[in-house]
Amino acid sequence: MTWPGVKRGFHKLYLTRAYYFLIAPAVLIYLVIGFYPFVQTFILSFYTWDGISPHKEFVFFRNYVDILFKNAIWWRSVFNAVIIAGIALVFQNSLALLLAVLVGQRIRRFKGFYRVMFYLPPMLSVIVVGIIWRWILDSNFGILNRGLELMHMGQFARAWLSSPATALGCVTLVICWQGFGNAFLLFLAGLQGIPNSFYEAAEIDGANEFQKFKIVTVPLLASATKIIVILTILGTMQAFGTVLVMTSGGPGYHTEVPVLRIYKEAFESYRFGYATAMSAVLGIILASLSFLQYKIIRKKT
Amino acid sequence: MTSKKFSISGLFIHGFLLSVVAVNLFPVLWMISSSLKTQDEVFGSASMIPKSFQWSNYIYAWTNGNFQTYFANSLLYTAATLLGVILISSMAAYAFAQANFKGSKVLFYFFVASMMIPIPGAFIPLYVLLIKLDLANTRLGLIIPYINSGLALSIFILKGFFEGVPKEIHEAATIDGCGTFGTYWHIYLPLAKPAIMVVCIFTALNVWNEVLLALVIINDQNLMPIQRGVLEFQGQHFTNYPLLMAALTISTLPILTLYFLFQRHIIKGLSEGALKE
Repeated sequence: MTWPGVKRGFHKLYLTRAYYFLIAPAVLIYLVIGFYPFVQTFILSFYTWDGISPHKEFVFFRNYVDILFKNAIWWRSVFNAVIIAGIALVFQNSLALLLAVLVGQRIRRFKGFYRVMFYLPPMLSVIVVGIIWRWILDSNFGILNRGLELMHMGQFARAWLSSPATALGCVTLVICWQGFGNAFLLFLAGLQGIPNSFYEAAEIDGANEFQKFKIVTVPLLASATKIIVILTILGTMQAFGTVLVMTSGGPGYHTEVPVLRIYKEAFESYRFGYATAMSAVLGIILASLSFLQYKIIRKKT
Repeated sequence: MTSKKFSISGLFIHGFLLSVVAVNLFPVLWMISSSLKTQDEVFGSASMIPKSFQWSNYIYAWTNGNFQTYFANSLLYTAATLLGVILISSMAAYAFAQANFKGSKVLFYFFVASMMIPIPGAFIPLYVLLIKLDLANTRLGLIIPYINSGLALSIFILKGFFEGVPKEIHEAATIDGCGTFGTYWHIYLPLAKPAIMVVCIFTALNVWNEVLLALVIINDQNLMPIQRGVLEFQGQHFTNYPLLMAALTISTLPILTLYFLFQRHIIKGLSEGALKE
């Protein structure tokens, strides 16, 4: 081997070493704080454990069997999350799409203003949003009921958050109120990626506004839609803070959601093994939902 | 081209959009306005403008309500997390962008996957781990998980940026005698300022608004970040709405300031970032 070759070899090794050194802190933190708890979630889910005592009892799938077949409250919470996700997917995202089309294609002025205003709620903390709305919807002190009475529509006033008929709907509305700005912004970004010439071509072919929307806008928004649907599902199904401060899952279990259930199971009932089994179930539900909808949309386009 | 018919329909559109703006703004304005009212006023009138400004609500929340502590804690947690995320992720992103070393692709996808795969209950084993490490209920015990949650996105953004830097710059630096680390520190890191700013804004927003980990990891009032403090405060002043709203406004003001100062970067970063995936 020639001298420069050896030198280059050493230099390469030195370079690669440096790269490993640069990556090491990120990998270390991720392995310890991200990956280890991820693996532990599954391991703990096979035990009965109060989180404190040194003894853990290995119970195989008993936690899972109990959650899957006997725990009505758990399934109630999953059902509620599905309702929230479904309403967000259909109504919140349709509104977001409508607003994005209006702001992106139908007006010339104040676009920036609308963008900033519509994206304001997602910036706020879920706790702050939840508390403000809890007060607005409060049966005695809330501005909504007082407003209804002022407008002589007192018969519509009700205990929005403490009656089973309206609690989940109200929580869902607040989650959508906070979430639509996200979808709006992504739709808007998707619209800006559509070249104007596509619309002009459709116009030459004699398409009207609705046809243009159907033929050009919808297909070209497919990738934006895909991301929005996944983000909406993941976001709403893991709602926590909003529900915690608005109703804490009540009345009864009418607004209970999975992450709140998991939190209570671990830190109020001290059933760590059981709670991690719930997390694993929820994780698997979420992963399969995103996978499923990824497949479906892929087939369509 | 712009006929009269166009402007009339435009008027309708603006009217509709403005009504959505009103629904968006109302809760925030209601919070700020109520924070300056008296308890009687809040129950008596529905006016947006307080009769006289009750700054005492803020003073009470700030001192007796402990918000001076919560606020300072959150500033500290945000600053420490930013420092950690920027340093650690820029090093990793630089390496990922530069080298095709053994396992680099696998490692990178590992990080990306951690961004995508939902682990809704990982906070339980994390809490157990922090107890074992004697880090539960400590500042470090909150900061390290915050750094971890910021890493993946930051590596993703910065790697994209570093890959766009012309190879000639790297070669020139090597010729000038800069080693791998020197090139990263003196050339690439300063170049990445705009991308780092985007990362900073998003990380700061996330840390300031984070609830779940703060709830699980911190119990000591003196260590609580601001959203955790809000939870504590609202438990004690459940229906003292002016006080509660003053507390909420204190916790929201930094977010609003950051948002209106950097809205261009925030909106641009979000629109571009999400659609890249």
